[in-house]
Amino acid sequence: MSAVTIRDLTLGYDRHPAVHHLDGRIEAGAMLAVVGPNGAGKSTLLKGLAGAISPLSGAVEMTRSDRHAIAYLPQAAEIDRSFPITVFELVAMGMWRRTGLFGGLSRADRQGIEQALAAVGLTGFEGRTIGTLSGGQLQRMLFARLLVQDARLILLDEPFTAIDAKTCADLLDLVRRWNAEKRTVVAVLHDMETVRQAFPQSLLLARRAIAWGPTDEVLTPENLLAARRMTEAFDDHAGICAEAA
Amino acid sequence: MYDALIGPFVEFEFMRRALVGAIALSLGGAPVGVFLMLRRMSLMGDAMAHAILPGAAAGYLLFGLALVPMTVGGIAAGFAVALTAGLVARFTMLKEDASLAAFYLISLALGVIIVSMRGSNVDLFRVLFGSVLALDDPTLILLAAISTVTLVALALLWRPLVLDSVDPGFLRSVSRSGAPSHLVFLGLVVLNLVAGFHALGTLLAVGLMMLPAIAARFWGRDVTTLAAIAVGFGIASGYAGLVLSYNMETPSGPSIVLMAGVIYLVSLVFGPRGGLLPTYWPARHREA
Repeated sequence: MSAVTIRDLTLGYDRHPAVHHLDGRIEAGAMLAVVGPNGAGKSTLLKGLAGAISPLSGAVEMTRSDRHAIAYLPQAAEIDRSFPITVFELVAMGMWRRTGLFGGLSRADRQGIEQALAAVGLTGFEGRTIGTLSGGQLQRMLFARLLVQDARLILLDEPFTAIDAKTCADLLDLVRRWNAEKRTVVAVLHDMETVRQAFPQSLLLARRAIAWGPTDEVLTPENLLAARRMTEAFDDHAGICAEAA
Repeated sequence: MYDALIGPFVEFEFMRRALVGAIALSLGGAPVGVFLMLRRMSLMGDAMAHAILPGAAAGYLLFGLALVPMTVGGIAAGFAVALTAGLVARFTMLKEDASLAAFYLISLALGVIIVSMRGSNVDLFRVLFGSVLALDDPTLILLAAISTVTLVALALLWRPLVLDSVDPGFLRSVSRSGAPSHLVFLGLVVLNLVAGFHALGTLLAVGLMMLPAIAARFWGRDVTTLAAIAVGFGIASGYAGLVLSYNMETPSGPSIVLMAGVIYLVSLVFGPRGGLLPTYWPARHREA
């Protein structure tokens, strides 16, 4: 099952570290919240886990089959909302791993897509083009695609931003259900209430890990204060990190 | 009525050939145009059409008005410009549109000079505006072959092309087929422009590719429908243009493109999806 080992991982841009010397392990079936101030490297960490960027040093270790069973919902999905495609077709793209380039959708696949749309409350939206959806509906649709992807490791980058309370609660229920199905969930979140309620494990990140463990031990006032002290700007004249050698 | 609309095609073989050529061009080119438009590359088609000129012209300089050398030269020049522009964009500070503009202007100037080095103004006119009324068997077979290859390739690449246009980040997360399918797609663009070049000439080669596709945007709601409508519009403008050209004695290539333009203008005003009238004079709204 999907355990992820992070070994001395440094991720960044133009040699500047955004995540610095991170070590840790995400157990299979864990439900991990990644929290921290702006610029702490939360999104970068998720990109690294998803394999969208390669490490400056260190490694993300997981089995090959797990690497192919990742579903990743980026913070700002690069969706062209003016593109003429229906909700059903877009959600069906989640079947990619099974259908590949040419494979057709079986009757069971179609039912799966209908069920996913029902689970996020978008029944009846199948034939709508994506440009007609509201922001919250779009997010629900992306969750439906995640459902269809049937992944073992699910990475969510601020999935509940700009979403109303009802939608947020609905989607959070989905996340909980994934976890009950033994899927691993890693989510970047800002709302500490949500984290305390739903996520047993937390990683408090401020480029380096401030704390990683059970949520109530991580989200202490001292740790949060330490995270806030991180300086955001990169130093263009910073020397080479001694640990990097 | 019969004499104007059907008679010419019954009576004259060159009219039938021209119609078949226009149908072949529309079948392959219009769906390619739909993807160019949806990927915001509409102007890139025009630039590429100019870029194939020096290759075709070099073929002409060496072998005269012969199909094979001009086709091979055109395809080679098209790929060369597309690749160089892509490389310049990747390795310098220029964006792709800027470097493409630079290369296609050079190509156009070079092409016209090469043609005029050997040929007469008649030849130059033919290279710039095509010869849809003089399509011989090999040219028709070439056009049909290009549209066949295009339709097969689009069928195979449909999914990555759509996904790469609508949500490239997601495609990258599930598959590596984005970059290769984009390259194959650029190849299809060049092939169809070379086909358009033989029938409509350098300046109007993109006419049957872009205008029907852009007009279709006002009518269809998903990509498949758009492609089908665009093909229909292309064939309709081919037919209408030839009829116009026969009856009014206007040049046939520009007539075809002009008819595609008329379809576009009508769509712009009346098209149900974002056309001017439906947008600014909406029908009475529903209750929910």
